Amino acid sequence: MTSVESSQPRSVLSIEHIAVHFGGLVAISDMNFVVNEGEVVSLIGPNGAGKTTAFNVITGFLRPSCGEVRYRGSSLNNLKPHEVTSLGLARTFQRTSVFQSVSVFENVMIGLHRRGRSRLWDTLLALPRERQSENELKARADEILALVGIERRSRELAGSLAYGDQRLLGVALALATDPSMLLLDEPVSGMNATETARFMRLLDRLRGLNVTILLVEHDMPMVMGVSDRVIVLNYGKIIAEGPPAAIQGNPEVIQAYLGQGARKRARY
Amino acid sequence: MKRLLPWLALLAFASVPMWLKDPYLLNAFITTGIFIVAAMSLNLLLGYTGQLSLGHVAFFGIGAYTSALVSLGFDVELVGGFHVVHEPWPVWLGFVLAVVISGLCGYIVGKLSFRVRGAYFVIVTISFAEVVRLVALNWVELTQGPLALTQIPPMRLGFPAVGYLDFYSKQSNFYLVFGVVVLSYVIISRLVNSRIGRAMVALKENESLAVSVGIDVTGYLVLAAVVSAGIAGAAGSLYAHYLKIIDPDVFLFLYTVTMVIMVITGGKGTLAGPIVGGLIFGFVPVATRKFASPEVQWILYGLFMILIVFVLPQGIVPAIEKWFGIREKPPVATVAETGTQDTR
Repeated sequence: MTSVESSQPRSVLSIEHIAVHFGGLVAISDMNFVVNEGEVVSLIGPNGAGKTTAFNVITGFLRPSCGEVRYRGSSLNNLKPHEVTSLGLARTFQRTSVFQSVSVFENVMIGLHRRGRSRLWDTLLALPRERQSENELKARADEILALVGIERRSRELAGSLAYGDQRLLGVALALATDPSMLLLDEPVSGMNATETARFMRLLDRLRGLNVTILLVEHDMPMVMGVSDRVIVLNYGKIIAEGPPAAIQGNPEVIQAYLGQGARKRARY
Repeated sequence: MKRLLPWLALLAFASVPMWLKDPYLLNAFITTGIFIVAAMSLNLLLGYTGQLSLGHVAFFGIGAYTSALVSLGFDVELVGGFHVVHEPWPVWLGFVLAVVISGLCGYIVGKLSFRVRGAYFVIVTISFAEVVRLVALNWVELTQGPLALTQIPPMRLGFPAVGYLDFYSKQSNFYLVFGVVVLSYVIISRLVNSRIGRAMVALKENESLAVSVGIDVTGYLVLAAVVSAGIAGAAGSLYAHYLKIIDPDVFLFLYTVTMVIMVITGGKGTLAGPIVGGLIFGFVPVATRKFASPEVQWILYGLFMILIVFVLPQGIVPAIEKWFGIREKPPVATVAETGTQDTR
């Protein structure tokens, strides 16, 4: 276990007193946590615990009923999703989310949208800047595809990719926005063991690039294998937080996942 | 071959007035060309951003009226006895203003209606077209209402020192329309093959994913609406100066339907689609008039349309591309195309 705490952690993302209510339903109540620079943090909890809701709040897809989300000092509360992305916070979606009817390469080109420097006039009048910018984007798209390891699928239609490759393409799309932090929503759900192992290697590479990662995942071996810290949610509340080893033995967590009976049997 | 095809088509059409002397057929080419421009503008919205503008004829009509009024001049009394007098301006300026004012209307309609999408956008555009038609019909002082604006001057290009070219003849009008078709094609193809076009396709395919990679969806929708409306306005201006008479019937819903048919049958979301669809439906009445009465012509028109939509649901151009395998994308396209419908 690498000790992040020793090297004076700098928090990049902070969730302060966030609550989300859908009418009478409390999806999240008073959630507080921070993610530090370069960390891999996992958000776990049973279905309906509020994990994806938390993601939607952070990335601007949902407005919190109260509380504040801050990223590198700036508040994200009133930003639209595309503005959050421009601050360097990118996300993937739970369901496979790729642009199905265009090629894998075009997908990443779409993801690179914000990096393009050509303006409307450059495009209409075919000024040199247009071609320059396009060539830069193409080179960058190839780099990203190579990074996630699907460069050989480049010319194929995204919709025809194997499931695992589509998930990787989803990550490639997020990476294309040049994020300093990635939010991955159940990236390995539905993947087989080989695909999961491949995905964990990708996470290692991303970590090498100094990308901070917040992960929502149900695959416990993976969560325990890659995370620096794990945050456990249940019924919209944080019930435990700490390094994987501590979480695995936490009685409240066991109870949340397996119910009362399990608590009695798990001799703690 | 794929690269050569557009140039061959360009040459073929440019040569038409040299060997075709029949004024009826030339007229069919010119009006078809005008509708092709309008259909191309609709395709930018419908085919690339996925938004159906069922009031597209409004932009066409606004272009027509703007251009006609600017070149004819008008004298209108507003509330409180306040007179607005406009002296006739050169026709080319009318054309430019037609593009600008239609584009501006596109901006307003886009801004208002892209907060909501899909069905709401369709309704807003239909209502907009209807309101504009009623204005054209009832503001008799400005538009002459059902009496129509007449004696609209033909397009005139040139410089004071060099001399002028008036577009009276069918031949000259053919080249004028031809030029606008080519220009619109170039503008649209540049747009859709750039990062702007990719952003539009992205939001058509999967809006929340597009937003998550940092694309300002509403901004690009409005941009598409402005360009689309501007080009439709250009088509309207050509129409006014070619026919030299316009009445509120230019706002007929039928014209929007014609454009939609051209785009859908030709292949929405393809550059050549509206051109192919436009040529076919522009010439169906021409081809059938020799043996069929007008009523039968309309029936044949409808049958032909149903046939195309049944046999080639993606449109003619995508079908041809698939047939000859000249699509850059791999041939598995069918799988994904059926798959895209249920991603929303």
